[in-house]
Amino acid sequence: MTKDETKQAVLDIIADIAPDEDISNLKPDVRLRDQMQLDSMDFLDIVMELRKRHGIEVPEADYPQLASLDSCAEYLTPKFTALGK
Amino acid sequence: MSFQPPRIVITGVGLTAPNGNTLSEFRKNLLDGVGGIEKKEIRYMGELLAGVCHYDALKYQTKKELRVGTRAGSISIYCAREAVADSKIDFASFAKDRIGVYVGTTEHGNVETENEIYAISKFNYDTKYWSHYHNPRTVSNNPAGEVSLNLGITGPAYTIGAACAAGNMGLIHAAQMLRLGEVDFAICGGVSESIHTFGIYAGFKSQNALASHADPLKASRPFDKGRNGIVISEGGALYTLERLDDAIARGAKIYGEIAGYCVNSDASDYVLPNPGRQAECVRKALKSAGMAPQDIHIVNTHATATPLGDIQECQAIGEVFANCPDTYINNTKSYIGHCMGAAGALELAGNLPSFDDLTVHPTINVDDLDPQCALPNLVINQPKTVGKVDAILNNSFGMLGINSTLIVKRFVA
Repeated sequence: MTKDETKQAVLDIIADIAPDEDISNLKPDVRLRDQMQLDSMDFLDIVMELRKRHGIEVPEADYPQLASLDSCAEYLTPKFTALGK
Repeated sequence: MSFQPPRIVITGVGLTAPNGNTLSEFRKNLLDGVGGIEKKEIRYMGELLAGVCHYDALKYQTKKELRVGTRAGSISIYCAREAVADSKIDFASFAKDRIGVYVGTTEHGNVETENEIYAISKFNYDTKYWSHYHNPRTVSNNPAGEVSLNLGITGPAYTIGAACAAGNMGLIHAAQMLRLGEVDFAICGGVSESIHTFGIYAGFKSQNALASHADPLKASRPFDKGRNGIVISEGGALYTLERLDDAIARGAKIYGEIAGYCVNSDASDYVLPNPGRQAECVRKALKSAGMAPQDIHIVNTHATATPLGDIQECQAIGEVFANCPDTYINNTKSYIGHCMGAAGALELAGNLPSFDDLTVHPTINVDDLDPQCALPNLVINQPKTVGKVDAILNNSFGMLGINSTLIVKRFVA
C-alpha cells in the first residue's frame, strides 16, 4: 500500500466517524484536530476502525503518530505493508 | 391550615408516535382511525410487527450525534425540542440550572448491548472490538442525559425506570419536583426504543404475548375477542410542566392541569397484573385529585391486547366506574401498539385535545367485542362527541407490578 492509499484509508474512516464534516480539503501536514471537530472519543474510533477494517493495532503510546494525515501515512503504511496490503 | 401545593400545568407537548410526529397529526389520525403498525425485520427472529416512528432525526441532531447517541436519546431530543418550542418559553434566557428533565423508560441499554454483542460476534467474540461508546450509551440516564447535552440544560436530568408505567411516572415526578421548588421548568414524559432489541420481542414471544396478524394495522386489538398479544412500538412524548403562577405570568398556553395521581405496586407477581391493586391505584389517584369517579370523563386504558390483562383491567375499571354514565373509556394502543416507556405519556397526549373538541377518540380494531371487556361507554371504532370533557384519567401499568394513574383536568383559573 502506498502512502497515498494509506491516507485514503484513514480518510474513509474519518468520513464515517465525522459525517457532518467536509473532509475534502484536509491539509495532510496539519493536525487533524486543528482542522475539524474531533474529540478523544472520535480518535478512539479511528483506532477501533483501523483494528476492525484492517487488523492494525495502534498501541496507546503511538497515538500521537496519528495526529495528521502525513504522520498517519508514515506510521501506518509499514503496518499495512507488513500485513501484505 | 393544610398545605396547598402549587398547581402544576402542562404548557407544551412534543411527541413522535408510529402514526404522527406532532400532536395535531397524532390527534387527527386517532380521530380518523389511522394506525401505524408495520412489518420490521428483527435480528435473529425474522419479520415481525412494530410501531416505527418516522420523525426527522436530523431536525435537532447532527449525523455524528446520531451515530454516537442512542435511539432513545434521539427520540428524547426530538420530543424535548418540540415541547420546548410548543411551550413558547424564552428558552435562550431561561436559567438552565432551574430546568429538570425527567424521562420515563421501560428499560434502557438492551438495544446497545445487543448491538455490541452482535458486532463482536463478527470478531469471534474478542472484546477488544467492543465499543468505547458502550457505557455512555447504556447508562440508564442516557435518554435524559442526551437531552441535557443537546439543550444545554444543567439542572437535574435523569430517567425513571418504571416498566410500562414509566410515561406517567415522568409527569408525576416532574410535578413533584416543581412543587418542591427543585426546578422551575420541567421537561418530562416517557420514551421507548424497544423495537430495536430482539430480546424484548423474544421475551414476549416466549411468554406467548406477542401479537400476530396478517394485516399489521389490525394486529393491536385490545378488547377484541381475537386479540393475541402485544405489538411492540417505539415512540416518545415529552411535556413541559410549570407551576401555574409561572405559566400565567408569561402568558403560556395551558393544555391542562395535573389534578392528581397515584403510583402503587401489586406485590403479587413478576408479570401478571393485579386488578385489585390497579383499582386501588385509580381510587387513590381520584382521592388525591379530590374527585369522584363521576368527575372523570375519559379513562384511557393501559390494555395491551393480552387475553388476560385486558380482562383484568376492565374488572378494575368496571369496579371503580360502576355508576358513571358520563365516563367514557378508550384505548390508544389499538393504533400505535405498546410504546412501552412512552405509552402513558403518548396516550395522554392523544386525549388532551378532547378538552377542546369534546370528542373521545375510539379504540379501533374491535370487530368482535370480548364480553368480558364490554365496559359501559367503551368507545369503539368511531369517535364520540360528548357533552363534557373536564377530566382525563390515564392508566399505565408495568411488570413487577408497578401501577400509575394520572389525572389531568381542564384548566380553570
